[in-house]
Amino acid sequence: MDEFQEILEDFLVEAFEMIEQLDNDLIELENSPEDLDLLNRIFRVAHTIKGSSSFLNFDILTHLTHHMEDVLNKARKGELTITPDIMDVVLESTDKMKSILEHIKETGSDEGSVDVSPTVKRLEAVLNGGEASEPEPVAQEPEPEPEEEEKDLSEMSEEEVEAEIERLLAQRQEEDRKRREAKKAAEAAGEKPQESDEKDLSEMSEEEVEAEIERLLAQRQEEDRKKREAKKKAQEEQKAKEQSAAAAKKEESKKAAAKPAPKERKATVEQTIRVDVKRLDDLMNLIGELVLGKNRLLKIYDDVEERYEGEQFLEELNQVVSSVSLVTTDLQIAVMKTRMLPIGKVFNKFPRMVRDLSRELHKEIELVISGEETELDKSIVEEIGDPLVHIIRNSCDHGIETPEERVAKGKPPKGTVELKAYNEGNHIIIEIVDDGKGLDADMLKTKALEKGLISEKEADQMSDKEAFMLIFKPGFSTAAQVTNVSGRGVGMDVVRSNIEKLNGIIEIDSEVDKGTTLKLKIPLTLAIIQSLLVSVQEEYYAIPLASVLETVRITPDEIQSVEGRSVLRLRDEVLSLVHLADLFDVERVFSMGEHAYVVIIGIAETKIGVIVDSLVGQEEVVIKSLGEYLKGIEGIAGATIRGDGRVTLIVDVGAIMDMAKNVKSSMQNLEESAEKAEKSSPADYNVLIVDDSNTDRAIMRRALEPLGVTITEATNGVEALNLMKDGSKTFDAALVDIEMPRMDGYTLASEIRKFNKFKNVPLIAVTSRTSRSDRMRGVEVGMTEYITKPYTPEYLMNVVARNINLNVEHAV
Amino acid sequence: MSNQLEQVLKKQQEQQRGPQEGEIEEVVQLVGFMVGDEEFAVPILSIQEIIKPIEYTRTPKTPPYVLGVFNLRGSVLPLIDLRMKFGLSKSKENEDTRYMVIKHNDEVAGFVIDRLTQATRIKESAIDPAPETLSDEQNLIYGVGKQRDKLISILNVEALLKRDF
Repeated sequence: MDEFQEILEDFLVEAFEMIEQLDNDLIELENSPEDLDLLNRIFRVAHTIKGSSSFLNFDILTHLTHHMEDVLNKARKGELTITPDIMDVVLESTDKMKSILEHIKETGSDEGSVDVSPTVKRLEAVLNGGEASEPEPVAQEPEPEPEEEEKDLSEMSEEEVEAEIERLLAQRQEEDRKRREAKKAAEAAGEKPQESDEKDLSEMSEEEVEAEIERLLAQRQEEDRKKREAKKKAQEEQKAKEQSAAAAKKEESKKAAAKPAPKERKATVEQTIRVDVKRLDDLMNLIGELVLGKNRLLKIYDDVEERYEGEQFLEELNQVVSSVSLVTTDLQIAVMKTRMLPIGKVFNKFPRMVRDLSRELHKEIELVISGEETELDKSIVEEIGDPLVHIIRNSCDHGIETPEERVAKGKPPKGTVELKAYNEGNHIIIEIVDDGKGLDADMLKTKALEKGLISEKEADQMSDKEAFMLIFKPGFSTAAQVTNVSGRGVGMDVVRSNIEKLNGIIEIDSEVDKGTTLKLKIPLTLAIIQSLLVSVQEEYYAIPLASVLETVRITPDEIQSVEGRSVLRLRDEVLSLVHLADLFDVERVFSMGEHAYVVIIGIAETKIGVIVDSLVGQEEVVIKSLGEYLKGIEGIAGATIRGDGRVTLIVDVGAIMDMAKNVKSSMQNLEESAEKAEKSSPADYNVLIVDDSNTDRAIMRRALEPLGVTITEATNGVEALNLMKDGSKTFDAALVDIEMPRMDGYTLASEIRKFNKFKNVPLIAVTSRTSRSDRMRGVEVGMTEYITKPYTPEYLMNVVARNINLNVEHAV
Repeated sequence: MSNQLEQVLKKQQEQQRGPQEGEIEEVVQLVGFMVGDEEFAVPILSIQEIIKPIEYTRTPKTPPYVLGVFNLRGSVLPLIDLRMKFGLSKSKENEDTRYMVIKHNDEVAGFVIDRLTQATRIKESAIDPAPETLSDEQNLIYGVGKQRDKLISILNVEALLKRDF
């Protein structure tokens, strides 16, 4: 039954698409009931669904759509005027249709889905009430036989013929035969193939194609040739069908339908192709891996470039790396584009919603939609629907006033809700603007105070825009009355968390009696984001670039303290500061250097400065989830894998702004603890000797013995670095051999210099490498002195003593 | 004579076959490892792989036994120190240290263990439920396996992978 399954799936996809359109058309129809084109279009949808469902034996659906079709047909012929009440019935049946289709989608049958009889009764009432003199549509019960017939025939006919056929049921058989003969004749003559074409195929396939065909006459000619072949086949089958018994008819027609259908599809295949979303997701994941690989390649290239500067192959490597990186970026964009859907998909359901709401709330509301063609990633389109529903409901319920109130305020009785979407850089902006009563900042503050959401002090300091943001607080509802629509205290905070989940930003602006504007700023895609990499001590974090407003370099004394909190004065603005190390409890092994950086992050109207030790750079990162076990760690949005294969955590900007309020700066304490212990005797000085040779270490040890300093030994760079990082001993100087296993002296020196704390520790290279370039390299990586082997013990002793400021005479 | 012989052979065969069949049904394959001074085991089927220690990234705002996350061929997995989870001091990494990547349903995490011991087969019947005194709220111990010369605590993989903070 695979063939049937395929047809069924096609039917469902098509039906859902048509119904989506139907909702909008119906709303439009209510505004212009005389629009015949619109009516025709609506009628065709009902008709097509009826046809297909009877063909697929969905009796309940057929029953319903059949009655819908009758009502619409009557309206189309001008025998019935569409009133809001009739529209309610029609909309109700559309809803029923939707639920039946959902049921079919899940179970494959419409049995036991919904009880349509009340709706059908209402439809019948409309039908009879409108014009009793037309008994025929009511009489036309959805028996499978006539349906089946109609199916075969209607396909073959033009739209008008189709309508006529309904009235001329009796004549149908006759006409049918005639037409078929005519067609045969026409085909034999090879002339005017258009009509016959459509007969066979179009109905089986998309209804839209039919409408389009009129516009695409030119294309048609070409397709005709193809179709004609298919038609021949179909015709043979139809002949056979005629001869066979009525029971067999059904089977045959199914086959006939199945066969031409794919052929027809061929004509449209060039334009669009339906792809399982999962495949696109997989593709996106692969691209993500590729981006990581690209980042890694770039990093390796940087390293290689440093080491082999000026070598010939670098140029070639450079070319390959840049072309790979370029192609990867293009590929990423291309795949992202395939996942893009117009936001109209979401917007489509709102006209209907607003219409129902305005009837329910007894308000007059007009919804103006623009920018519905703006495209967004599919996953975002799916997520954005619910928040928008909440926002629009809110606008209708709380924003727009009743017509009386509006008139009293000197506004037109009809309120407007505008829904706009447009692109801005890497983001899409969705604006919901209403011309309702607006938000009253003072009222919001009082309310929040009452509910204990903010303190009195906070309320005083709050700007209007901050006050507006209060509506997104959990447990805050401005509706005095709990209505069916809103005011249950859930909603807007859900909106906010949903938008933040999408890495989006909400802005709100309002003026009393003028209206409210809500602005949602959402990234185009979720999986890959631009980020600013920062480092704190030895840890790295990625901050989504979208939330970064600017970065500033500061010296520690620029940080001021107000009421025990660090603040920074920046261009007439006072910015509260928080150290990332405090937020994430990073172990403070090293003190702050001369400079620190402040990353200013902001969501909506609030911004804070986050102090970090250094800015690493901008990088495109692929967001990976931390999995169920670590889900929802405070302040962490996810993780990414960097070019070097290490995991870097991505900061959740919204969350750390909340966290910042409860964090106390430990900066001051740190300064104090950094004070050095007083050294009273030479033994308080610690000197580290790093050399892989036992003999060399012994020589150095002996040379330093007269100084009386404490000596620690390490046999290679890694060991030495760990000893220093360990922190159990603070070293006042280190003697470093250059050639060592695991980590050589140069690398060790540069690693040590990376840490603020060790910036000023004297590093003395002790080596037999004497060339100028070796010395140069030593200086570059941060060696303080360079002693070449062999040396006299006194010389070594003096150099060390000088570097640790130890009085040699005093010591000896 | 030949009849007797046949009977004996038959008996032998039955004996051989009998317990074997039973074994297939009831035997659990376990991988044993040391955490501190105690030996634990988990069913071999719940182990995705065992790797040598690699670099990990600390995660803030997590209990101390969650060391951080590490990159296992492109997926980011949590790393949990079993010593600290069991209330011992932090593991000191040495050459016997391993990360045991354990999987249950869709949950995957790496666990730091001190040393691998051996893979054993143990009959289901030789596993006793965890004694009352041992079982805590977390239900980490699935049962105690009795072996000839020692006891081995079998960990409850599902509970191990359950977030408790």
